[in-house]
Amino acid sequence: MDFELTEEQQLVRASVREFCEKYVEPIADAVDQEPRFPSENLKKLAEQDWLGIPYPEEYGGAGADYLTHIIAIEELSRACASTGFIVEVNTSLACFPLYKFGSEEQKKKYLAPLCKGEMLGAFALTEAGAGANIAPGITTAVSDGSEYVLNGTKAFVANAPIAGVFIVVAATDKAKGREGLSAFIVPAGTPGISTGEPLPKLGFRGALTSEVILKDCRIPKENLLGQEGEGSAIAGITLDGCRIGIAAQALGIAEAALVESVRYSKERVQFDKPICSFQAIQWMLANMATEVEVSRHLTYHAAWCYDQGLPYHKEAAMAKLMASETAVQQTDRAVQIHGGIGTVKGQKVERLYRDAKITEICEGTSEVMRTAIADSLMH
Amino acid sequence: MDFELTQTQRVIQETAAQFVKQELAPVAAELDRTKDREKLKGLLKQLAKLGFMGINVDRKYGGTGAGSVAFSLAMTELGRGCASTTVTTSVTNMVAEVIQVVGTDQLRDKYIPPLCSGEFAAGGFALTEAAAGSDPAAMRMSAVLDGDHWVLNGNKIFISSAEFAGVFVVWAVTDKEARKGKGISCFLVEPSFPGFRVGKEEKKLGQLASPTNEVIFDNCRVPKENLLGVLNDGFRIAAAELAGGRVGIGSMALGIGLAAMDFARDVVKERMSVAATGVNRQGIQGLIADNYTRLAGARLALLRAAFLKDQKQYYATEASMAKVYATEAANRACHDAMTILGDYGYTYGCPVERFYRDVRVTSIYEGTSEIQRLIIARELLR
Repeated sequence: MDFELTEEQQLVRASVREFCEKYVEPIADAVDQEPRFPSENLKKLAEQDWLGIPYPEEYGGAGADYLTHIIAIEELSRACASTGFIVEVNTSLACFPLYKFGSEEQKKKYLAPLCKGEMLGAFALTEAGAGANIAPGITTAVSDGSEYVLNGTKAFVANAPIAGVFIVVAATDKAKGREGLSAFIVPAGTPGISTGEPLPKLGFRGALTSEVILKDCRIPKENLLGQEGEGSAIAGITLDGCRIGIAAQALGIAEAALVESVRYSKERVQFDKPICSFQAIQWMLANMATEVEVSRHLTYHAAWCYDQGLPYHKEAAMAKLMASETAVQQTDRAVQIHGGIGTVKGQKVERLYRDAKITEICEGTSEVMRTAIADSLMH
Repeated sequence: MDFELTQTQRVIQETAAQFVKQELAPVAAELDRTKDREKLKGLLKQLAKLGFMGINVDRKYGGTGAGSVAFSLAMTELGRGCASTTVTTSVTNMVAEVIQVVGTDQLRDKYIPPLCSGEFAAGGFALTEAAAGSDPAAMRMSAVLDGDHWVLNGNKIFISSAEFAGVFVVWAVTDKEARKGKGISCFLVEPSFPGFRVGKEEKKLGQLASPTNEVIFDNCRVPKENLLGVLNDGFRIAAAELAGGRVGIGSMALGIGLAAMDFARDVVKERMSVAATGVNRQGIQGLIADNYTRLAGARLALLRAAFLKDQKQYYATEASMAKVYATEAANRACHDAMTILGDYGYTYGCPVERFYRDVRVTSIYEGTSEIQRLIIARELLR
């Protein structure tokens, strides 16, 4: 039993934090309010090798473990959840299936540029009629000679408007339901693929999310990722990993809420003393700190299981459930501690409050997490 | 970061689990009902023989020398079986540890081995008074030097195992003029010392097999050398040692919570395979998922605090976080287990009924949840 981070992990945390103070925090408000994609920082993140941390150097990654990536996401999300999300989606949703299921050629062609930040990736799974349940999806991939022809519309695809490549899940055999789904690599610019307008959102506003429309989009057969029929399994394991990343995002958001609340409650004077001297405020702070602590342990533990090659389906779901609900509840408390000013644009807690919510929804809702956890426990 | 247990930690965890299965769980309901002292003392003796009375105590004093992480794991496993036995074990460990940390060689040699070996049925921790609960520095019990003896006067309340403990750590005011908390000292008191008397036994909600009594000191004469630690440094000792105790209580609470949820889950598993469809399972699935998630988080928080203690790092805040979180998660787990089981869970004979009563005090003793929050907040606002 050892709760100490390795030197490398500590170093990455310190470096990402310093990077955030210098580059991310100063533009985080503008990124949220305009909103705009923080392209200048993505370039710098790529220079630091932080877009594909857990993948081998030969594919452009940093060759570190997943926990190191999780720490980086936690730190980025403390400063700017949108930036954290852009990186998390690239690393865990786009790179991961390529790394895990891609052929050597596919890894060289797509994984390497994604890790190096030459382009960003997106994962197109959800549809209007297929969210928590992916089985009823109507996007199809029909074999036609040496090609597949893709048709359908994907919804809520993060990074879509700026993505250089998409991992698309589509039915190759509709009759088989989930077992008839397959995963494909579709480069942006392929005739027949287009993206919709970025959706105006509550939070994560600097991360661009849109529809992906596939209209007679033809891709070569070699762009099948894994085997036909493996789409659901690929999506499942990819989402499991990404859930740890979303937990890390929630953790970072909750940590930031705690930092802001401690600072503000010491500064703010009412009834002739700082409000932090009142027990009502102290209790909120104590609960916040405790739940952040517990969320961090569950998140790191899930990442450790991932790194050890142990099962992490349940652990990832527990981490995400706990961390995301903590983020939502504790950003609410943070706004409460701030009072009226906490609801004003430009106050960090106002942004944190909005950014927290999606962590309970994306890559599987809290309800889906509970089902996954209960299924594992009742098995 | 490595969540793998060491060989020693695993052996201790497994030994505790085995003991629960074979010895503790089968008699826990009966102990709760009959409060059979002899049976309890028999179990304590067996635990001592297995090395559970000085898990984090040096081998040279008869301890196991396995560290705080092992202590936490053991308390969790034992807590699954019988909270009364477990709390007695936890307090005895705490008493042995405080003597090891601040005692003179003479005191260590004299009192730790009998605590660890089971020669003493248990250790006692006498801090609380009627007017000094969450605020122990407000205590009134006094100790005045008279020749070779300290003379103690006052009453302590809510003292676990007072009826049969072989030695008590007792706090008393030695300097009335000092600033609050700066004039308190700590003593080791044997029940045979003149002027020591065990008072009335409390009737309680839970942990019924573990007796809780008032202890009366009426010109109780304590040899001078039984001063534990530095004169007037007693309050600091209490604060420091309670942090370790909190890991023990939190870990025990986790065990109670896990036992309650495991019981409910197993019943649900059995019933659901025959009855409900996927959709109307969801309410219960949610309760199960939420509780096991909180308990998993509690376990990690407890182990982290214990790990920091083993590393000789600061851990008081982490211990407070772990205690408040684990004991409240465990309370919730017992509550929800009863919800899942319905009337069955509410009746004698169902262990969840006992768990529900036993778990409540874990968020009260060794510092209430509210005190833990104040400790955490104080550290945050430093």
